Order: sequence, then C-alpha cells, then structure tokens
Amino acid sequence: MIDFTLWDILRNLLLAARWTLALSLIAFIGGSLVGLALTFLRLTRWPGAALFCRLYTELFQGTPLLMQLFLAFFGVAVFGLDVSAWTAAAVALTLFSSAFLHDIWRGCVEAVPKGQWEGARVLGLGYLKTMRHIILPQALRMAIAPTVGFSVQIIKGTALASVIGFVELTKAGTMLNNATLEPFTVFALVALLYFAMCYPLSRLARHLEARLNVTAR
Amino acid sequence: MNYLPDFPRLLPYLPDLMAGLMTTVWLTALTTTLGILGAVMCVWQRHRAPTSLFSRLLGMLVELLRNTPFIVQLFFIFFGLPALGLSLSAEMAAVIAMTLNLAAYSSEILRAGVDATGRGQWEAGRALGLTRWQSYRHVVLMPALERMYPALTSQCVIVMLGSAVVSQISVADLTFAANFIQSRTFLSFESYVVTAGMYLLLAIAMRALLNRIGRRLFGFRHLTPAPRRRLSSHVLKEAHS
Amino acid sequence: MSLLAEVSALDSASSDAAVSEKAAVTESAPVSDSALDTESAKAPLVSLSALTKSFGDLPVLKGIDLEVRPGEVVSIIGRSGSGKSTLLRCINQLEQHDGGAIHVAGKLLDGSEMDAAALAQDVGMVFQSFNLFPHKRVGENVMLAPMLVKGVARDVAEREAREMLAKVGLGEKFDAWPSQLSGGQQQRVAIARALAMHPKVLLCDEITSALDPELVGDVLKVLEQLKREGMTLILVTHEMNFARDVGDRVIFMHQGRVHESGDPATLFANPATEELRQFLGAVL
Repeated sequence: MIDFTLWDILRNLLLAARWTLALSLIAFIGGSLVGLALTFLRLTRWPGAALFCRLYTELFQGTPLLMQLFLAFFGVAVFGLDVSAWTAAAVALTLFSSAFLHDIWRGCVEAVPKGQWEGARVLGLGYLKTMRHIILPQALRMAIAPTVGFSVQIIKGTALASVIGFVELTKAGTMLNNATLEPFTVFALVALLYFAMCYPLSRLARHLEARLNVTAR
Repeated sequence: MNYLPDFPRLLPYLPDLMAGLMTTVWLTALTTTLGILGAVMCVWQRHRAPTSLFSRLLGMLVELLRNTPFIVQLFFIFFGLPALGLSLSAEMAAVIAMTLNLAAYSSEILRAGVDATGRGQWEAGRALGLTRWQSYRHVVLMPALERMYPALTSQCVIVMLGSAVVSQISVADLTFAANFIQSRTFLSFESYVVTAGMYLLLAIAMRALLNRIGRRLFGFRHLTPAPRRRLSSHVLKEAHS
Repeated sequence: MSLLAEVSALDSASSDAAVSEKAAVTESAPVSDSALDTESAKAPLVSLSALTKSFGDLPVLKGIDLEVRPGEVVSIIGRSGSGKSTLLRCINQLEQHDGGAIHVAGKLLDGSEMDAAALAQDVGMVFQSFNLFPHKRVGENVMLAPMLVKGVARDVAEREAREMLAKVGLGEKFDAWPSQLSGGQQQRVAIARALAMHPKVLLCDEITSALDPELVGDVLKVLEQLKREGMTLILVTHEMNFARDVGDRVIFMHQGRVHESGDPATLFANPATEELRQFLGAVL
C-alpha cells in the first residue's frame, strides 16, 4: 500500500472535483435548455401541454434521483444501448434538473400579477408581445435567485453519479478511502470541498433574493 | 433494440420489494418525526439565544448540512465516525444522517416562518404573562409551522426520496431490494421501473397523509390551494341580496 | 344584417370626423352647451344593447342598454357588486359578454376573433391599481404600445410620450421608474399611457379608489382637462362631486341593471327611486 499524505489526498480530490464541476455545468445548461423548452411548451397553451409538463415534473420530482440514474445507466442497457457512466449521469441529471427548473420558472411566470396581463391587453398587445415585453422580463427577474439556489442542488446531485461509477469528487473519496483507510479525513475533506463549491452559491442566492425583493415593486 | 420488458418475472421477488418498502417507510416515518422535532429545538435555541456559542455552532452545522451532498454526510457518519471510536450500524447511521439532513433544511424553513411573525408578537405574549417557552410555542412556533407547512411537507418528501441512497451502506431499503433483484435476474429495466413507480406512489401517499395531518392540526385555511379564479366576494354578496 | 353593418360603418365614419373636428375646435375654447347639444344628435360612440354577463351561475349584468355619444362624460355609480366594473370590462372585452350587443365606433364586438390591437385604438382603459409595467421606465411605459401595436417609430413615440406626460403634469418624470412615483403620479402616468394610443373613449375603473385623499385631486384635474379637450369618458367612480360637477350623465346601477340615469344635477337632487336615495344617503 502506498502512503498518502494529506496533500496527496487533497490533490486527488481537487482533481476529481473538476469532474463534479463539469458534470454540474452540463446538468445546469442541459437542464436549463430542457426546462426552458418545457416552460415555453406550457406557455403555448396547446391542449395537453400543461398536462404533459405536469406529469413530467411529477415523474422526476416524485422519484429518487438515484433511481433515475440507475434507469439511465443499467435500465437502458437491456435495450442494447451501451451508455457510459458519463453519458448516463449527464442525461439523468439534465432531466432531473429540467423538471425542477421548469417548475421554478413556471411559478415565476404565474407570479406576475394578473393586472400586468390586463394592462398590456387594453393597450392592444397580443399574447406573444405581452409575454415577451411584459411578463417574461418580470418573471426572469424573479427567477434569478431560486435558479441560483437550485444550482446548489445540482452540484450536490452530481454526487450520486459516483454510485454508477462516474469518477467525480464523491467517487474519488470512496476510492481514496479504500486506499488510505482514513475515512474520517477523506470524507471530511470531500465534504469541505463540496461546501466550498456550494456555500458561495447559497450565499449568492440569498443575497440576490434580498436585493431583488427590496427593489421589487 | 428489440428487447421486450418482462415484468411478470419480477413477481417471485415481490416479498423482497415489500420488505424494502417497509424499511423505507419506517426510516422515513422515524426520521421525519425526529427531524422536525430537531428543527423545532434548533429554531428555539437560535431564537432564545441568537448570539450564544451553541447557537452559532448550530448555525454553522445547518449551513454545512445544507451545502454538502447527503451521500457524503452518510459516508462520513457511517465510515468516518467509527474512526473516532463511534461505531454505528448501517440503520443507525441512516437514521442519524436523514434526521440531521431534514432537521437542517426544516429549521431554515421554520426560521423563515418565524421571521415573518415578528418580535413584537412574541413580546406581546410575554407581556401577557406567558413563559418564554409558552410564548414561543403559541405565538411564534405554531403560526410559523402553519405558514410553512406546505414547504415542510415538500422537504419531508424530498428526504424520503433521498433515502434511496442509504442502500449504498447496505441498509435493506427499497432501492437495495431493486439492486438485489436486478443482480439476480438481470432485469435491470423492469426492477428499476417498478421501484421508481413504488417511490412515486409513496411520495403521493406521503403528501396526502401529511396534508391530512396538517388539516387536523391547522384546519383547512392554508392547506387547500386557492382556486385560480374566484368570484370576488362582492359579487357573491350581491347574489344573496 | 349586412345593411345594418354598413349603416353603422357610415355612422362610425361620421362620428370619427366629428371627434377630430371637435378636438380641433376645443384646442382653443371649452365646449359650450350648444356645442354639446349638437353633439348629442350624433351617432353613439359606444352602444350597448341588452347586454348580459354571468360568472358561472351568477348573473352580473342583466340586460344593459346604454349609448354614449362622442365627447360625453358618463359616470357609473352604484354599490360594489352592482356590476359596474364588469360593465366597463365588457366594453373593452376584458370580460366576454354572454348576450346582447356591444358596438364601439360602429364596430360590433362579438367576442370571437377579437382583435386586441384594433380595439385598443378605439378604447383605452385606466385601472384602479394602475398596472404600470414596473420593469420599464415611465417614458417607456407610455411609448411601448404605440411602438409595438401601431408600429410608430421610436423618436416619434418618444416625442409623443413626452407630450402626453407633460399634459398630465409629469413632463420631468420621463426617465423615472414607476416605483419612484406616488400613487397619484403613477395613475397619471397610466392615463398618459392610455392616451398615447389615441383612443376614442377612455374607460376609468375606480381610478382614484387606491389613492391617498390628497392625491385624488391631481388625477381628477387631468380628467377635467380631458373633458375640455373633448375626450369621451366612461368612469366607474365613487367621486360623487366629480360626477356631479364634471359629468354629463350619471348612470346608477343596481343588481345588474341600469336602475336610474339622467343628468347629474337632477339625479343627485331628486333621486326617483328608493335605492338611489339610500345609496346617495350612504355615500354623500
């Protein structure tokens, strides 16, 4: 067995943390795109669109993320699809994030007061123009803080990718634990690294919420 | 791509799934109760003595728990603490991790509700001769619980779904059962779809149950979602006149 | 039916001409009584016949007939719940009526294929709660609809917005945010915003009810000025003094019907029905 110094452990964890960040970024971008598509789908007012979005949200918010990862990784293998842990994690986290982001954004659009719709309507603005110039800009502003807040959930969610063998921070932690047999140190460091990534975002979300609330009219 | 799912082959494993489900249910029931109690105590302590060292430590612990993944907390408790001479069974570790996690989130939710009550009311309660705890309980805590009940309900469901992770330290919960079945049968798609469905039903049932309890505790007021569009009261008044 | 439509189209053309002609005249001098008399012979700008509207099983308007001529200031009064706001909201189709007919400037509003852009150029509206767009500056609030709906060029829209804001006494607030203004100022911006579309009739739905008492006067002054300029106004209001002193006609609504109507002096001095007497007793 090789002797690991504290620095060796930390260095390896830091290297693995890059993958946590990369996966988080992909899940956030992918989740935003899908979530945005869902939100717009819902705003089209097509019959069935609202129902579809509700079922989608219910499905991904009502089942464990771990189960979604298992399905994306092991579940599709039986259909002859050979997906890597990387792909499975990216897909599962994207879908998971999209459901939550869609839910947040839909809530923001609905939170714009009805008077804004009426004010635009009596000025002759149609649905699309009202959406674009009146509703969405206000919803966007409301959405910033909770969206930043949810990014913390995404980073923490990527830890579950370790279970399907994707080597990110948590997986590196379990591997280093097996090599060093120093679980206390290793997992404390892992936790600290996550904290270092998440806490600034949490603070930012809280700060934005307070700031945007003060100037909200 | 020409694979046909074969759900009937799972039938012999139904007892395993049910056993796993029961574990998930009791884990959730126990930790929901303990977690909310812990949250209430945490909020009380931080309300009572906001600047004390203990309150500050609690605040730091809450931030730590909220900004690290549950799985890492679980590993730290299960693998890390024994290094300090504190050995725990997998179930114990799971209960502690889930309780701490729920308590941390719920205490922040409750604190937001408490902040909305305002200090003046608490002091009014004190002025009426209530003890600190009585005043806190009746004037601050219950309204906060009532106001935040929907958010707390969601948090409890999130913790239940998050409990799937305890399978990773060999607690024989529903996910553990799914893994076991798929390792025996190689029916990975079927076992995970069925298990996911069971979690979904559990989440729906749990929300319904908590709403029921909430109605018992607080009445209908805050728990029935307001109808989207509703006749304004003056229109109704006119109908009767 | 087609003949009727043609006739009403002719009517609308003539009333349009009348409005612009009159606007030109009234630039310099207030409208005299005799001018108003000839005006009342003209075709109605807004005409409601047998208008009905229910919310679910609840009838709110039970057959309203009403004609408003160009340049008229009509005040609608009545208890809350008497249907007066709903009536106003039907005229610009914020609520779709169930039965009867609404003609605005000769055009029939049938609820189907309603063109918001076209209607907004005939009917403007000001709300109790202002409904300014909080994310846009005051000037942009006023410029927005002319640019988006009418395709007016930005510089033209801006010039006009400044004019409209000056008219309501807020020329210097062009670059302010709505949240920086008092309620009375916000409401005057809302009026300027509605006027920028050059509507033929302006609907005002309790526009002073959300204001502090000391701010009400400024808003009413703007309305008086609009009347002098020949604007047609239909207001749901609790300001009885305004209805009496400035209004040409008062409509008292009760239980979804026009219970009593007439010129303000007579109506307020000698209410014909017990309901109006009670109502006036309660509010005056």
